[in-house]
Amino acid sequence: MADLLSLTAHELSGKLDAGEVSVREAAEAANRRVEEVDGDLNSFVTTTPELALERAGRVDGLLRNGGVRPWEGVPIAVKDVLSTRGVRTTCGSKILEEFTPLYDASALKNFGDAPVMVGKANMDEFAMGSSTENSAYGPTKNPWDLNRVPGGSSGGSAAAVAAGEGWWALGTDTGGSVRQPAALCGIVGLKPTYGRVSRYGLISFGSSLDCIGPMTRDVRDSALLLQAIAGHDPRDSTSANVEVPDYLAGLDAGVEGLRVGVVTELMDERIDAGVREVVSKVAAGLEAAGAEVGEVSLPHAYYALEAYYIIAPAEVSSNLARFDGVRYGLRVQADGVHEMYRKTREAGFGAEAKRRIMLGTYALSSGYYDAYYAQAQKVRTKIVEDFRDAYARYDVLVSPTSPSVAFEIGAKTDDPLAMYLQDICAVPASLAGVPAISIPGGLADGLPVGVQLMGDHFTEPMLLRAARAAEQAAGFEFAPRP
Amino acid sequence: MQTQQRRTYQAVIGLEFHVHLATRTKMFCGCRVTYGEPPNTHTCPVCLGHPGALPVANERAIELGVMAGLALNCDVSERAVFARKNYFYPDLPKGYQISQFDEPICLGGHLDVPFGDETIRVGITRLHLEEDAAKNVHVGTSGRMHGSVGSLVDFNRGGTPLMEIVTEPDIPSPEAARATANHLKDILRAIGVSEADMEKGQLRCDANVSIRNPDGSFGTKTELKNMNSFRFVEKGIAAELQRQEEILAGGGRVEQTTLHYDPETDEVHELRSKEFAHDYRYFPEPDLLPLELSASYVGEIGERMPELPDAMRARFVERYGLSPYEAGVMVSDRELAAFYEEVASEADPKQASNWISGDFRALLNESGTGVSDSKVTPGHMVELIGLVGSGKVSRSAARTVLDVVFKTGERPSEVVEREGLGSVEADELDGVVDGVISSNPDEAERVRNGDKKVVGFLMGQVMKATRGNADGGRARELLLRKLGS
Repeated sequence: MADLLSLTAHELSGKLDAGEVSVREAAEAANRRVEEVDGDLNSFVTTTPELALERAGRVDGLLRNGGVRPWEGVPIAVKDVLSTRGVRTTCGSKILEEFTPLYDASALKNFGDAPVMVGKANMDEFAMGSSTENSAYGPTKNPWDLNRVPGGSSGGSAAAVAAGEGWWALGTDTGGSVRQPAALCGIVGLKPTYGRVSRYGLISFGSSLDCIGPMTRDVRDSALLLQAIAGHDPRDSTSANVEVPDYLAGLDAGVEGLRVGVVTELMDERIDAGVREVVSKVAAGLEAAGAEVGEVSLPHAYYALEAYYIIAPAEVSSNLARFDGVRYGLRVQADGVHEMYRKTREAGFGAEAKRRIMLGTYALSSGYYDAYYAQAQKVRTKIVEDFRDAYARYDVLVSPTSPSVAFEIGAKTDDPLAMYLQDICAVPASLAGVPAISIPGGLADGLPVGVQLMGDHFTEPMLLRAARAAEQAAGFEFAPRP
Repeated sequence: MQTQQRRTYQAVIGLEFHVHLATRTKMFCGCRVTYGEPPNTHTCPVCLGHPGALPVANERAIELGVMAGLALNCDVSERAVFARKNYFYPDLPKGYQISQFDEPICLGGHLDVPFGDETIRVGITRLHLEEDAAKNVHVGTSGRMHGSVGSLVDFNRGGTPLMEIVTEPDIPSPEAARATANHLKDILRAIGVSEADMEKGQLRCDANVSIRNPDGSFGTKTELKNMNSFRFVEKGIAAELQRQEEILAGGGRVEQTTLHYDPETDEVHELRSKEFAHDYRYFPEPDLLPLELSASYVGEIGERMPELPDAMRARFVERYGLSPYEAGVMVSDRELAAFYEEVASEADPKQASNWISGDFRALLNESGTGVSDSKVTPGHMVELIGLVGSGKVSRSAARTVLDVVFKTGERPSEVVEREGLGSVEADELDGVVDGVISSNPDEAERVRNGDKKVVGFLMGQVMKATRGNADGGRARELLLRKLGS
């Protein structure tokens, strides 16, 4: 069974299809692995071993009759920010500790009734953080080094995949929350084009930025999982009514003639030398594989972080207003409705959530709106223009995913600004809404380094092809850890 | 006396209307719009603001918004943006209301309000779409939160489509404000945008009221909230104007406040001071894309728009020779107007108007029946008018016939036949008149001597003798001729 755990999702899918392994056996293997390692890792807020087995049995039944889509039977971890019917969904927050949604997120609809889910993955509260230390359910550990963070906010999803507690996971990315933890845990993380995957059922953080993305062992698995979750959804007005292409077709076609630009602003001294080295090596590998590699400038890249930390908190301050103790989740009894609101939110939200609610409330308040929110939106427009200019000359942009490898637990918790800098490479693509993928490019100080590739809107097929070539150039081999 | 006093000041009144749109479903979800259903029976994750649920704008509501804008002569925006209006209240499940702020669906426009013999033009500042809040019910008191033992929320209303219409401060008096509200209701009903029933809360009205200073500068304005009938719009504003006048007359200053009109006492009460006003932290709703309303989209809606009341009234006066008043009666009820047009196409238009706006409408009102639910068809009405016109049935008998048709849906001629209501033939009438004259010699003599008042008495006798089936005109003519006067 150890063999089973080191397969990629598409390899497992092949074996399920061929009848060499049953979905039930796969689910049992994942459940055992969770039991074995999750006490140390804390990848999950909620584990669902029985649910996984029940759904595995159902998919096994369907498999015998044929007609099962290739992703359906492969056990998965789902970030606890995605609504799952009948399974509590906490968002890593105390305020939703007892909350059980009435419906499944639309992204899960393509899994038949529901995916073979091993559990709800741990995360920074309401997806706010870069280390998964902000969870009300305790921090997740990095499977490469239990003293280090897995990145965030999808740290639980990343750790679960890296540790083999499931073959893949769904994360969400608002300003890098899929890519950065993928980088820090040595796996592949894809943030699709904004609007490519329905947000219905994704508990909103920054509505204009939130994306659901695959977190997988390799690029082919990302393509497969994206195939499962992509598509237009009439329940989400911001989901794009654009046809879903075949993401697996042409995946191995190579990068001959592809124009690749390395982003100069994201390769300066603010990025650790070891990280830059890995990125350069992968870029050279792409060149060797036939790509034209040059340098490209995103002149407003560093302002992106500042704009992001206005826009995202502004949206958070509004999105988290619904957690008021009136209809669901935590309620602290008090005299009068305003006292009830105050005490409920005081007790229910952690420090980072409160910090961002305050920041966002300030940025939107009358007299400050123009100075902060409106200004940040102008910067966002500049970033969009930067990308447009860059894509006039290049097909794919390359940068580090994160400025450093995984840091030690507690190292940045007292310095929010240092923590925010973790997202410096990831945020520009988020503001522009373009797709971006992080692949493991190699090691620095014995820890994984992520290389980020960015494409233009809805160019996922090309981006995945480039990422596949980069992955081959890097020669990084996946193996479950610890 | 009050009116006199008021004229020494100049009132400045602007109105804000909240209109429930006549859609089947809510503004941002598929839940049905209902009234009076058991609490919380028409809700879903979207209108309850559950985590992860997202709004989808109701296309029909947008269409109705555009229709209203066109009817009010507004510029329909090419691009409209939904915004979040953030505040905490238990009836607001998301912690914000989705509304429109700096880019509403319509801007600028006007409404020509018939007011006595003149017409007042009231400018429209803006028109926008939003969702209604849910409803709080405070238990153990008369509905006030203060002192209640508990509060319940009914989310059936939450998310119902609303349209807000804001007028310019062009309205000169409380009476004109009432007329404006009334005329707006007529227009909204005519184009099917809303039932606009104030009693049902489908049309709610707030007023901004101030008194212009003697030097012509604007006075401090107060906001009068939630007046729920046309009468209270007038009375509430009048009460507030009087309050402001008294303050100014006493040398005081009007404070900027929000007020509530209490119809029981005919007084206004302060709700809250403006200095506690919310900072709503408006920003563009990121869950909804901006609306793009192309010229062709708006043009298509314009072409499908029903005729507006003003135009229809003018046409009725022109084509059917009705007085503006008669035309107005017909136009105020879209179904009645359609019924009238069908009848007037085959019968005398003037007679048709008399019958429809008079007897027929009275029967409808008494029984609380709508035109379309009534058993009387336009065909029945044409036939009835024909029977009267040809002298086959007297006017009074025809009223009886209509009563029966209204109840049974029979053809008028069948009713006449069965009930024996046909007009008395000329020969027979001649005999009846002679008989009445001979059996009432005193009265006959008085008529001969020129006392015309007594003719009525003799007419009554003729009618009695013919059970009302005599043609009144002919009977009177005969009487007068025979009595040589």
